[in-house]
Amino acid sequence: MGGYARSAIVNALSTGVRGQRSVKNAGEGKLKNEHKIRAKIRALSDGAATGLAVLATVLVVAPLVAIFAYLVYKGASSLNLAFFIEVPKPVGEVGGGMANAILGSAILLAVGSAIGVPVGIAGGIFLAEFGRGTKLANAVRFTADVLNGVPSIVMGIAIYSLIVVPQGHFSAFSGGVALGIMMIPTVCRTTEEMLLMVPNAVREAALALGVPNWRSVLAITVKTASPGIITGCMLAFARVAGETAPLIFTAFGNVGWNARLDEPIAALPLQIYVYALSPYDDWHRLAWAGSLVLIVLIVLAVSLVRYVTSRGVLKGAS
Amino acid sequence: MPEIRLSKLQFHTEPDPPEGKNQTVAVSPEAAQIRNYLLSRGNSAIADRGFRWLMVLCALSIFGIVVLIAVELMKRSKLAWGQFGLDFFYTAFIDPSTHKPMYWDPVNGHFSAIPFLYGTLVSSFLALLLAVPLAIGVAVFLTEMCPHVLRAPLAFLTELLAAIPSVIYGLWAVFVLVPLLREHLNPWLIKGFGWSGFFDADNPTGLGFLAAGIILAIMILPIISSLTREVMTAVPQSQREAVLALGATRWEMIRMGVLRNARIGIVGAIILGLGRALGETMAVTMVIGNSPEVHRSLLANGSSMASVIANEFAEASSELHLSALMEIGLALFIVTIIVNAFARLLVWAVTRGAPSSTH
Repeated sequence: MGGYARSAIVNALSTGVRGQRSVKNAGEGKLKNEHKIRAKIRALSDGAATGLAVLATVLVVAPLVAIFAYLVYKGASSLNLAFFIEVPKPVGEVGGGMANAILGSAILLAVGSAIGVPVGIAGGIFLAEFGRGTKLANAVRFTADVLNGVPSIVMGIAIYSLIVVPQGHFSAFSGGVALGIMMIPTVCRTTEEMLLMVPNAVREAALALGVPNWRSVLAITVKTASPGIITGCMLAFARVAGETAPLIFTAFGNVGWNARLDEPIAALPLQIYVYALSPYDDWHRLAWAGSLVLIVLIVLAVSLVRYVTSRGVLKGAS
Repeated sequence: MPEIRLSKLQFHTEPDPPEGKNQTVAVSPEAAQIRNYLLSRGNSAIADRGFRWLMVLCALSIFGIVVLIAVELMKRSKLAWGQFGLDFFYTAFIDPSTHKPMYWDPVNGHFSAIPFLYGTLVSSFLALLLAVPLAIGVAVFLTEMCPHVLRAPLAFLTELLAAIPSVIYGLWAVFVLVPLLREHLNPWLIKGFGWSGFFDADNPTGLGFLAAGIILAIMILPIISSLTREVMTAVPQSQREAVLALGATRWEMIRMGVLRNARIGIVGAIILGLGRALGETMAVTMVIGNSPEVHRSLLANGSSMASVIANEFAEASSELHLSALMEIGLALFIVTIIVNAFARLLVWAVTRGAPSSTH
């Protein structure tokens, strides 16, 4: 923060000038007074603004930390082995777990990733390798950002209308498609950002050796940026892992085991939603435990992304 | 690939290329020519072209998705549109027996989006009202005042909180926030400000617009503050130094040098937060109370556009009911697209050309 030192010097200078002038016009004590008052007001408002900013930060950070700690505490005290290996018990019985929802979420995410990751990465390759600076690339980038802000519930009813209605029943496949579509913009943008960090010399070296362009992109550029791209995919994965709204009308939920793509399937966030609104204490416990599992997944993904980006993805390359 | 490199070549030969904008500008014409020669040579040309088209196709699929969503929603909402037209968004039915407005009556086939528009607007603006001053305060602190040691952990925390799923915020709100409101804040508000009509004692559950607004504020805070931070770091350092050199205090420097330059981007960040708040579904559904009514009181039960879809879609009683819900979805889609596009443009206007922040 060089600003501090500079501001101190500038302040000292300006007061010095003011002092000289007041000596010159010794008769005008009024002016001097005014200067003094104004300086005081300025100092006070500076202090007040600093105080308010610090206060705002404390006001935001403290409750957020409290929420986070509460979620972890509640989840940790509710989690047990049964959560991971049992299916939900019938209404009114204590115990049971969310094993089927965990399997369901895994299947939905696998389908989603199978759609979202390749398309997203390919879109990112286009933006970074082929379309740099073109109008089409700008339009794609803009649309991806806007698509990122479309509410997930809208995505859910669109997929319902596109797949569930023609099929005639809810299915794991439709849920996976909804999640996959939601992954595309995130994967696309992070892939682009990571590829842009690859130095041009690497591309030129590959071409100079006579490598075809498509191979140079896949085997050299994408591979160089792959740690970053993978963590970007993980981030998108973690985000959609917690999505509930698009699954209500597509995957629908299921109280038993299901591994078939053409039948309704349980999912962790859906189960949390249903259990949170139920009147049973034991179901509330399961909801907290489920939240903790989701949060752990997200914390892992986010910290991995930070680690990779802060370390510089491309240390070896540049 | 070749024509793009060519355009770069022309870019290079322009009289005054913007300095230091792009590393590739520095490529000499000979190198670009050699590259073009290598690219167009030999039997890889077909494979290269095919690969490129495949990538373009995948990029274009993003447009496809937007169009597909719009078409599907329009198709399914045609029935309600034909029945009610634009009246759907501003007319209520007057019940002949009680002379009270009926907004949403699936049994008799009366549908009007008024209570949901109202609920979405009230909860979102409440959220902005609570979140914006705090978010800007946090961003100012993080960019201009924070000691370096704290900067990374605080940025990490905001990122983390932005990634927590909506349903988990909802869970927390149901079990912590709503009881807190019910037992402490609401009685206090009713006692102190009940005269204003905004805080009625009719609803003892603690659910309602206020609960939805608070949870939304908590959810959009990280987004607004991290974007504001990004915009503020994009303000050139020389602006700060110039203002300081004129003898400004730190706050004057922030106000005149930073906030004034970044104001368009900050407005963009706020609107982006608004976009999130408008479409937020699960947490709102869990705490807003879910009754299709319009109340002046912030403590009354209400319903938002997203929450009514989440709540009623799976058990819609008739084709018309489903179609009306689809129309609400379509309206939500269009509104969020416009809001997001506008906000992105504003943020871009400020951060374009500036080095992207590396936290």
